[in-house]
Parts: sequence; structure tokens; C-alpha cells
Amino acid sequence: MLAYVLRRLAATIPVMLIVAVLVFLMLRLTPSDPAAIIAGDNANSEQVAEIRKRLGLDQPILTQFVIWIGKTLQGDLGESFFFKKQVSDLILDRLEPTLSLAVFTIILAVLIAVPLGVIAAYRHGGWLDRIVMGFSVLGFSVPVFVIGYLLIYVFAIQLNWLPVQGYQRISLGIGGWLQRLILPSLTLSVVLIALIARITRTSVLEVMNEDYIRTARAKGQTERKVLIRHALANAAVPIVTVIGLGVAALIGGVVVTESVYTIPGLGRLTVDAVLARDYPTIQAVILLFSFAYVLINLAVDMTYTLFDPRIRY
Amino acid sequence: MRMLARNPSVVIGAAIVAFLALVGLFAPLLGTIDPSEINPVYRNKKPGVERMIRGDDGKETVFVHRFGTDSLGRDIYSRVVYGARVSLAIGVMVAALSVAVGLTIGLIAGYIRWLDGFIMRIMDGLMAIPAILLAMGVVSLSRAGLVAVVIAIVIPDIPRVVRLVRAIVLSIREEPYVEAAITVGTPTPTLLVRHVLPNTVAPLIVQGTFLCGSAILIEAILSFLGIGIPPETPTWGNIMAEGRSLFRIYPHNIFYPGVCLAFAVLAINMLGDGLRDTLDPRFAKRV
Repeated sequence: MLAYVLRRLAATIPVMLIVAVLVFLMLRLTPSDPAAIIAGDNANSEQVAEIRKRLGLDQPILTQFVIWIGKTLQGDLGESFFFKKQVSDLILDRLEPTLSLAVFTIILAVLIAVPLGVIAAYRHGGWLDRIVMGFSVLGFSVPVFVIGYLLIYVFAIQLNWLPVQGYQRISLGIGGWLQRLILPSLTLSVVLIALIARITRTSVLEVMNEDYIRTARAKGQTERKVLIRHALANAAVPIVTVIGLGVAALIGGVVVTESVYTIPGLGRLTVDAVLARDYPTIQAVILLFSFAYVLINLAVDMTYTLFDPRIRY
Repeated sequence: MRMLARNPSVVIGAAIVAFLALVGLFAPLLGTIDPSEINPVYRNKKPGVERMIRGDDGKETVFVHRFGTDSLGRDIYSRVVYGARVSLAIGVMVAALSVAVGLTIGLIAGYIRWLDGFIMRIMDGLMAIPAILLAMGVVSLSRAGLVAVVIAIVIPDIPRVVRLVRAIVLSIREEPYVEAAITVGTPTPTLLVRHVLPNTVAPLIVQGTFLCGSAILIEAILSFLGIGIPPETPTWGNIMAEGRSLFRIYPHNIFYPGVCLAFAVLAINMLGDGLRDTLDPRFAKRV
């Protein structure tokens, strides 16, 4: 098992390296000169040249890449043009809100989507099935921010149940943290719910015709146990896979949701960095999110053996 | 064709898309005023407010702000109607470009063995970057504008098309009729155009439809975040971006374009689902 994990981990290195090359080249393709941006409008050409030298921009591109990769691997992501801080500090500072939001969203989505999908498959062709399927098509089509504003309008402005926007650090109390996380997570989970419910329905539906389901029923197993122990357990692998793939949608959604709810997380940082053309920060955030996406999907692959003992590594 | 007409989601989806396309096309005739016209007197008006407009001949007519006005006094109804133009145009442009570029690269990857590994590794790298982030990164490289936004949305789409085309090419290559064609000495370009290309048409129509829908969504997201099309151009995302700050008091700024956007994307996705079921039954069974 450990050998397999290590082998798979090693297999992700080429992909990550290509991501790094693409992200690095992207910055070098910019028409503007980073040294001139840092130096500001009042700098003379000697100052700009000095900064260029300090950043290593006078080196050949391959040398620059090697230096950059080396620094990145050591956690040195450079200095932000806009925030005038170390990018790694910026990211650490913004990590908590984004992680809270993402984890909360995934939990919420799974808790809602899996039962919905199972029931839809069980009542195949019934009204509930149609509602779930209709909702999943709708969930793919309505943009995250429209859902966000709709929820704010209903639950925060009209009903006044929850705060409108903002984020509270977990260290300031779980209650306030949770209260401010409910609406953003609900907003963000809609796409995931659509995705997961649809796959759950399809894969449970496929399993329901198997012989062992008939056998389980024949031996007098209750319907609930048939559904959970026999149907869902055997349909788990595609469901887990789609959750992993859904992380891409989640990351895209985080960027938008954090803007709607003014949450000071990594998504908001990305938008601010793009608006300010703050390339070191843009680079770092894209790299971080991509690596997270690759690693999460690797982890998802690893869990197959938990859900399906027939799969052994 | 007859099978398409019998599929309800194709019919409904195509009808809504056609309606929105007509709305965009005939925007000037639909009782709109200049969508960029700023009127300081009529700022932030609720839907249904009336206003007198003096025409060129000096006659005064009553103009109703059906959807209200935004914080610069621009008519939201006009902006939403003109927005249909921009949003749909971007969707179609992105779909056409991604399919064209992806098809070319996919054919090359599928047919020229020694390039295959190289191309597919780059595609894997591109796929590992979440689409919206990649689009944001590309947008940040140049000044915001229509071309930059279209390119930014096309780049994350390309690997998806390439993978599809390559998979088709690889499976077609093993077919007896292709082997026969090779045996009788058909030159490679003729082979690709005659035998391989026709097999990619149906899946690419389906894929292109979905890409069109997601392109409209991503454009709206970019514009909404303030990094897409310049704010004076009426797109659904821009109208909503403008309404963000005053959402608590004037939700109509976000409501109308939001509904249009959701409807458009929903219709395109329905059309895509229906097309997939009829044109590409193998794929339909798998999903």
C-alpha cells in the first residue's frame, strides 16, 4: 500500500512540473516589466535595472526558471507587488477562511446529495426523481453568485436569520464562525449537490438490478438496509470520484463566493491580485490551487480501497 | 433530423436559445434606448418608473423603465436585452474556437505518434489548473477586453476537446475500413478528412454546445468579478457587477440579468443533453 502511494505520488510530479512551467511562462509572457511595476512611476532607469538584477530578471530564462522552482520548493514565493508582503505570508493569512468554506461545503453537499440521489434512484421515474434530476440540471446552469444573492436576499435581508456578509475567525468563537459560514457554504454547495446527486442516482440505479440486491431482499433484509448496505456501498466508488472532480468546480466557486460574501480568503486574494496585476501572487495562488486539486484527486484514488475491498494496491 | 425534433429537451432548449438570439439580434427594435446612456436624474429607479423622452423631432414620448435603472441611471431593460447579444456571441465564439483549435491538436495528437505524448502531457497540465483560475490568469496578462476574455475562456476548454478528438481518432484507427484505406495507399491528409473527421462531428456538436453554455457562465463570472469585459459594455455579468454594491436596497439590478443568464445556460444545457441522447447514443448510455 505504502509503495503504491509513493509510486502514485511520484507519478503526479510530471503533471505538477508542467503546471509550474505553464504558470511560470505565463508571467514571462506579460507585456509589462515586473521590475518597472515594483519600482513605481518615479524610478529612474538605474533603479529599475537594480531591481531587475535583484529579482534575477537579467538571467537567461532557463536559469530564472530553475531559481524560481528552487525558491518555490523552499516556500519562498516572492514578494507581492501590490500588498508589499511576502506572498507566502499572504497565503497563510488567507488560508483559514477558504479551508473552512471548502470543507464545510463538501460536508454539506455530501450530506444533502447522497440521500437525495439514493432516494431518486429508489423511486426511479417518480416525482421525487424528477425533482432531483430537474434540480441537478438547474444547479449546473444558475451561476454561483446569483444563488448567493438569492440566499442573501431571502435569509439575511427578508427573514433576517443570518448575517448578510463577512467572516469571523474560528478563534473568536465557533458560533459566529458557523453562523457566517452557513450561507456561503449553502451557495457553494449547490453545484456540488447537483453533480453528486446525479452520479449517486445513476450508480445506485445501475446496482439496483444486480442479483445480490434481489438476494438481500429475498432473505428479508429491510429496504433501508438494502439501500445503504448493499446498493450504496457498491455504488460508492463513482460517487467518491465525482467528489474529487468536483473540487475543480469548488475552487472556481470559492473565488466567486468569497467575493459575494466578502470573505477574506484565497479566492478574494486571487481576484484582488488579478485586478492589481500582482503577478507573483497570481502565480502562487494558481500553483497552490492546482497542486491541491491534483493531490486531492490522488487522495480520492487512494480511498477506493476503503469503499471497495475488491480494489487492492 | 426527425429524431431531433422528437426529443423534447432539444425542442425546448433550441426554442429558448433561438428566442434569446432573436432578442439579441433585434435589440434596437424591442423598445430599448441606448444601453450606455447615463442619466443622473433617473438613478436607482425601481422597475416601472416612467420618464419623458424628447425625440429628434421634438415630440415627447413616455418611456417606461420596465426593469428599473442602475446607479448611473442606465436603463436595465435595455442593458439586459443588449446583453443577450454579447453573452450569446461570446458563447458561440468560444465554442467555435475551442472546437476548431482542439480538433486540430487532437487530430495531430491522435495521428502523429511521436507528438502524442508531448501534447497530452501539456494538456494534462492545463487540465490540472481549475478552469476559472486559468481564465483569470490569462485575463491578467493583457488589458481587459472582448478578445482577451474569449481567449481566456478558450484556453481551459481546449484540452477537453483535444482529449475527446484524440480518443475518437485512436479508436477509429483500428477500424477495418481505415486499415483498408491505408492499405490502398490513401495519403494521410485525405484519410483524416475522409474517414476520421466525419466520426468526430456528432460528439463535437454535443461538446461544443456544452462549451457554449459554460463559456457564457464564465464570462458572466469574470465580468461580475470586475476582470472581464469593460464595465460600459452591457453584458449580463457587468450589469450584475454594477448592482453589487447596492444589492440590499435595489435587488432588481441583479435579479433580471441573473434570471436571463440562468435561463440561457439552462436552455443550452438542455439542448446539449438532448443532442447527446440523439446524436451520440454510446455516450448517453455511459453517463
